[in-house]
Amino acid sequence: MGSITLNKVSKTFGEATVIPSIDLEIHDGEFVVFVGPSGCGKSTLLRLIAGLEDTSGGRILIDGKDVTGNAPAERGLAMVFQSYALYPHMSVRNNIAFPLKMAKLDKAAIDKKVEDAARVLNLTDYLERRPSQLSGGQRQRVAIGRAIVREPSAFLFDEPLSNLDAALRGTMRLEISELHNTLKTTMIYVTHDQVEAMTMADKIVVLNRGNIEQVGSPLDLYRTPRNLFVAGFIGSPRMNLIQGEIAKGHGAHTIGVRPEHIDLSTSAGAWRGTVGVAEHLGSDTFLHVTADGIGTLTARVGGDLPVRHGDQVYLTPQEGRIHRFDDKGMAIK
Amino acid sequence: MARTVSRGSKIGWTIAAWVVALLIFFPILYAFITSLKTEPEAIAGFSLIPSGTFENYITVQTQRDYFKPFMNSVVLSIGSTILALLFAIPAAWSMAFSPTKRTKDILMWMLSTKMMPAVAVLIPIFILFRNFGLLDTHIGLTVMLTLINLPIVVWMLYTYFREIPGEILEAARMDGASLWKEIVYVLTPMAVPGIASTLLLNIILAWNEAFWTIQLTTTNAAPLTAFIASFSSPQGLFWAKLSAASTMAIAPILILGWFSQKQLVRGLTFGAVK
Repeated sequence: MGSITLNKVSKTFGEATVIPSIDLEIHDGEFVVFVGPSGCGKSTLLRLIAGLEDTSGGRILIDGKDVTGNAPAERGLAMVFQSYALYPHMSVRNNIAFPLKMAKLDKAAIDKKVEDAARVLNLTDYLERRPSQLSGGQRQRVAIGRAIVREPSAFLFDEPLSNLDAALRGTMRLEISELHNTLKTTMIYVTHDQVEAMTMADKIVVLNRGNIEQVGSPLDLYRTPRNLFVAGFIGSPRMNLIQGEIAKGHGAHTIGVRPEHIDLSTSAGAWRGTVGVAEHLGSDTFLHVTADGIGTLTARVGGDLPVRHGDQVYLTPQEGRIHRFDDKGMAIK
Repeated sequence: MARTVSRGSKIGWTIAAWVVALLIFFPILYAFITSLKTEPEAIAGFSLIPSGTFENYITVQTQRDYFKPFMNSVVLSIGSTILALLFAIPAAWSMAFSPTKRTKDILMWMLSTKMMPAVAVLIPIFILFRNFGLLDTHIGLTVMLTLINLPIVVWMLYTYFREIPGEILEAARMDGASLWKEIVYVLTPMAVPGIASTLLLNIILAWNEAFWTIQLTTTNAAPLTAFIASFSSPQGLFWAKLSAASTMAIAPILILGWFSQKQLVRGLTFGAVK
């Protein structure tokens, strides 16, 4: 079991309030991603749940039990750190076995669990090596192995992939998702990378300045962002935001159109503009268009569109996919 | 690009370096040479050629028993080092990993005790030692040497501990290690190079400490430093024997230093090159 409840949890460091007050419900078996810009308090929130930081107020419950005052090890959680935090003087085997030794399991049971975990993570051939003799991806797997053997009620990941190169990051993303499907254990994952958030999460928690902006499934956040912050943060390239007369015409202070919801034509359309930089990704092209009276808009179009720098084009937003926001930045239903 | 150095300046600097090194080493060399002279030769004037007698060494051993102060030196330097580490490891640990607003002040205060001239507290400490019956005892001297070197030991360990990433200790905490197990299984093994060089340096400092060992001992707990000093006595100054005693006092620590120099350098530059 691994349901986690945050009840008015707050954290201040001296004068600085990092988290004013957060309520959050995480259900057993969910893959929850905390995402937000750097300094939004996502790592602090994870560390509060882990018990590595003391709360300044509020309560943390795991499976209904108040653990606010408990030491990290008493919470039954396991954590994977950004730097992997492996013990450099121990072999891979001893790294993975360490939490079991601390829990005073007998040697036979420890060996079995370590070898099982090593098999799952493809580390069997590396058990006698030191962390310094492993690649980044292997180190990350050792860190995950050390977390798995404890059979925790939830896993906490603190930006675990940000030290890896892009290709490896893609592979590890899949491996962690696969692991979640196999173990079905609650996972809380902190990242600033919205691609990781979108691809891995059952539920995304968008944080900004220590407050929750929105909680929902990846597609919920993509389709119905609750406010301008979420609208701008989720989706890549970013949503185009337009103010002024055009927005008023839609009965809003600001309207938002995602680049993939703009149709492009060379003959006619709603907004006329001039093509600036075109980013060719092969499958798609991101066109940066300076639209008359609006400013720069990004449109996501097919990979083989024959437009060039300086060409004149017409952009038309897809009517049903325009997001409307009021003057406080909240979505208009 | 490597810097180019002309051949001439290279030779010039090499010679200069050797001259400086020999100048620094010369007193030790001259003590060794003098120890191989007879007493009349030793006071006769400057000479680099001794008659090559080992008589002084034999006299020093038979008349004054070198072995006893040698053992005292061993007991005092190792004892005070272990005692210092027992206090300093937890102290440095807490200052490195859970610092408060005052941590820097405390470290500076510790260091400031080293700035005070030792003579300033000679009288009160002598009286305390006398009243508690600690004069010329191993326990009294061990405690004294521990206290003298403790600030340096704490400072060195603090610097090494600061190099250890905090996330590893947090991982240990998540893994269920108690504070004690965290120190024993994770922190200490990672800090071994630092602790080892601290230990070696402290043994050397304690071995060479002369002020307090001479003031607070007479015979029973007197280490080699006091042993050397005893050769300048009211009966006269015996330079050759003094030199023989000095050579014998320096030799053990010189040998220890020679064999541990790799560890010492590694420890002292720990973290500078990763």
